[in-house]
Amino acid sequence: MNAHEPSLTASPGLPKSNEGDPVFAEPWQAEAFAMTVRLHEKGVFSWSEWAEALSHELYKPGRRADASDYFDCWVAALSRLVTELSITSQDNLDQLTRSWQRAAEATPHGRPILLENDPER
Amino acid sequence: MTSHSHDHDHDDHDDHDHHHDNHFSEMQARVKALETVLTQKGLIDPAAIDAIVDTYETKIGPRNGAHVVAKAWSDPDFADWLGRDATAAIASLGYTGRQGEHMRAVFNTPETHNLVVCTLCSCYPWAVLGLPPVWYKAPPYRSRAVIDPRGVLEEFGVTLPDAKKIRVWDSTAELRYIVIPERPAGTEDLGQEALADLVTRDSMIGTGLAITAGGTR
Repeated sequence: MNAHEPSLTASPGLPKSNEGDPVFAEPWQAEAFAMTVRLHEKGVFSWSEWAEALSHELYKPGRRADASDYFDCWVAALSRLVTELSITSQDNLDQLTRSWQRAAEATPHGRPILLENDPER
Repeated sequence: MTSHSHDHDHDDHDDHDHHHDNHFSEMQARVKALETVLTQKGLIDPAAIDAIVDTYETKIGPRNGAHVVAKAWSDPDFADWLGRDATAAIASLGYTGRQGEHMRAVFNTPETHNLVVCTLCSCYPWAVLGLPPVWYKAPPYRSRAVIDPRGVLEEFGVTLPDAKKIRVWDSTAELRYIVIPERPAGTEDLGQEALADLVTRDSMIGTGLAITAGGTR
């Protein structure tokens, strides 16, 4: 843990419960949150780098009035950071996204959805 | 937004009959893409991610489901409605999934115990139950629940009489199940709120029973 750094639960605008825990409306939001926590713990980026990337997305025009797109912004910020840090390219992320969607459609019910199930891979 | 089905018409065909059970939303797929890259680079370990996820609640969370069950226990008309049209009955309490999935309530009785399983995708009624537990998403749970439900229940600490039947319900992307556990004996005097406290997440998946009055999980 980075004791000298704020935790990711201090991220601007993060929806929280009365107990102060982050709250998620859908499972993927929790997964995105958890990945970011892990990367930050590993020192892949600093708190200030994260806060800046997230704020950049949160203050873009065209956001939903009810803030239900908060985690869309979160994922966009995380994607930006990992491409800026040259961990991967936006192009690669986009291709993988399409690939996962094809994999899901091609996977019969009752089987795990695996990336290999993408017929175009 | 594109549609993958615009090249054939639907007419009087039931749209929920088709076999494309699995579908990832744009955001689900984006998160999977990030996870794939970060795992390949050795920066994250999916098991560690699951462990972090498991420690958090959701906004909606299993309390919504507990409310549904407590109301069904105390209001026979609601229970009847829930049995006939769970989607509408649950929506009347303000709980709806954003993906428009249908809900079905399956009622435990002295004769039958219900257990819900799913594929490894998003087939989980998170609008009422919150985030799926890690074990629910794991391949062994799904395969073993179908083959040996009694054995799986025993691992969860639930031993049922041999005479009791177990029905296993396989969720799909369009139809998700919630188990209505049996109301524990000795709870006749409890109000809905106190009753809701007896309803655990696992009891609504079928891997647990409701907490008996004054008892523990």
